Amino acid sequence: MTDLTRLTIAEAREKLKAREISSSELTGAFLDAIETVNPHLNAYIKVTPEKAREMAKASDERLAKGEGGDLEGIPLGIKDLFATEGVHTQACSHILDGFKPRYESTVTANLWADGAVMLGKLNMDEFAMGSSNETSYYGPVVNPWRKERSNQALVPGGSSGGSAAAVAARLCMGATATDTGGSIRQPAAFTGTVGIKPTYGRCSRWGTVAFASSLDQAGPIAHTVRDSAILLKSMASVDPKDTTSVDRPVPNYEDAIGRSVKGLKIGIPAEYRVEGMPGAVDELWQRGIEWLKDAGAEIVDLSLPHTKYALPAYYIVAPAEASSNLARYDGVRYGLRESGKDIIDMYENTRAAGFGDEVKRRVLIGTYVLSAGYYDAYYLKAQKVRTLIKRDFDLAWESGVDAILTPTTPDAAFAPGEITDPVTMYLNDVFTVTVNMAGLPGISVPAGLSETGLPLGLQLIGKPFEEETLFQLGQVIEDAAGRFQPQEWWAS
Amino acid sequence: MSVDIDTVKRVARLARIKVSDQEAERMTGELNGILQFVEQLGEVDISGVEPMTSVVEQTMKKRRDEVTDGSKAEDIVANAPVSEDNFFVVPKVVE
Repeated sequence: MTDLTRLTIAEAREKLKAREISSSELTGAFLDAIETVNPHLNAYIKVTPEKAREMAKASDERLAKGEGGDLEGIPLGIKDLFATEGVHTQACSHILDGFKPRYESTVTANLWADGAVMLGKLNMDEFAMGSSNETSYYGPVVNPWRKERSNQALVPGGSSGGSAAAVAARLCMGATATDTGGSIRQPAAFTGTVGIKPTYGRCSRWGTVAFASSLDQAGPIAHTVRDSAILLKSMASVDPKDTTSVDRPVPNYEDAIGRSVKGLKIGIPAEYRVEGMPGAVDELWQRGIEWLKDAGAEIVDLSLPHTKYALPAYYIVAPAEASSNLARYDGVRYGLRESGKDIIDMYENTRAAGFGDEVKRRVLIGTYVLSAGYYDAYYLKAQKVRTLIKRDFDLAWESGVDAILTPTTPDAAFAPGEITDPVTMYLNDVFTVTVNMAGLPGISVPAGLSETGLPLGLQLIGKPFEEETLFQLGQVIEDAAGRFQPQEWWAS
Repeated sequence: MSVDIDTVKRVARLARIKVSDQEAERMTGELNGILQFVEQLGEVDISGVEPMTSVVEQTMKKRRDEVTDGSKAEDIVANAPVSEDNFFVVPKVVE
């Protein structure tokens, strides 16, 4: 029998509909794989086998009657940032110990309404703050990829490291993820998977643990461009519970796949060619340009002059918003409480014990830049720079550019413990963070391998709410580059 | 701009995070690294530039001022570390 975990969502959907396979079989195959492989990778921090089997059974009943939604019977993994009713939801932080929400996030509710099956909750950097999945309270995630002829463990990227690793190792058909500065696209690039961060406002943030509210967006990580289009269609919605959710109907993204890219104008921004970038990344970028050109797209040079200021502005805006959002963890309403001699002492002890180092750093930076006397010099200035970053993109669109092609990351995956300086770690997001600062959609598509055999991704940046163009172009890259699978070292 | 250890302790107090002297010292170095990194924003000419308030041009949605949800006291305190009769219990704050 073929290994059911090797199917794409698009393939499984057909087989389920034709009753060639059942969701119970498919879900069982993934639960078995998780049991064997997860101890090596630590991608799942909570597996929910009973719930998965129950949901699969319900899907099979609907499929038997010829009913069912767009994702009927498809087993997915859910990042620990999404509230799932009655199930572990801790943003992989100690401070949310034992938290089981009495409500469901809009994004996951949309998935279940379309028939998807939940396999469990996925590991991530604590409160989505990190680029290597090393800040999780539940320990690091191991990248399913290794360098050629090497046994050394590598990071899967972050913050959605569990989501990316679980997809790459075929421990789910697709996963939910979130992206505040690159947290979907960077791990997707590090694991040879496809990840899309949609336009700000496309997916509801309701029921997603907040990090930086003006930047946070949910999106999927999947095996193929088509699978990511299928997932995004279900995740996205107009939601009265999130005032920043935008009132626009969700298109059928899959329709864009296979559409000709002839005549589309693709911008190549000079500022994304950074010093010290490995040759393989630059070569891959050139190859991407050739692929799109061969498919009929027009390539134009572009300047986005404020690119280098996106990351420093981000490290003011994101911590400022985080320090406000994380004020709610006070040992009173949920999670951890440490005792103290009075209420302030209780707050201080709880937050000292409950937050990890990276979270503390960002809360302190945020508190500092918002404090009396510093607000104008830091926060207000960063928000003005943000206006300029967005203006760079607006000018590009006005000049007729339809999408922008860049590398996703400056380099391939690195080893745990290799980067200890916070600022060096932040530089991982140098190509992705501009997109969050401007609220644009961005997709990372695996496009080739580094000199040492590790996956690298190309990023396509689109106009607001033109995710369809990204799927259209992403498919061209996928068709030319092929798909990338890690060696299954854990099986030997 | 850079911070000294006393500023770090003051900010930690504002953020309600207890830090030991040793932690405060380590964090002073780390926070200065980050502040030094963001210093490059000083090169940008921001005269006459409006600060960003929203990435998506949209008038803020408003809803009617009416009750749409509620009577969920038990749900609300369900995850509290300590609660009593649907109230959150905290250390005594009034003498």
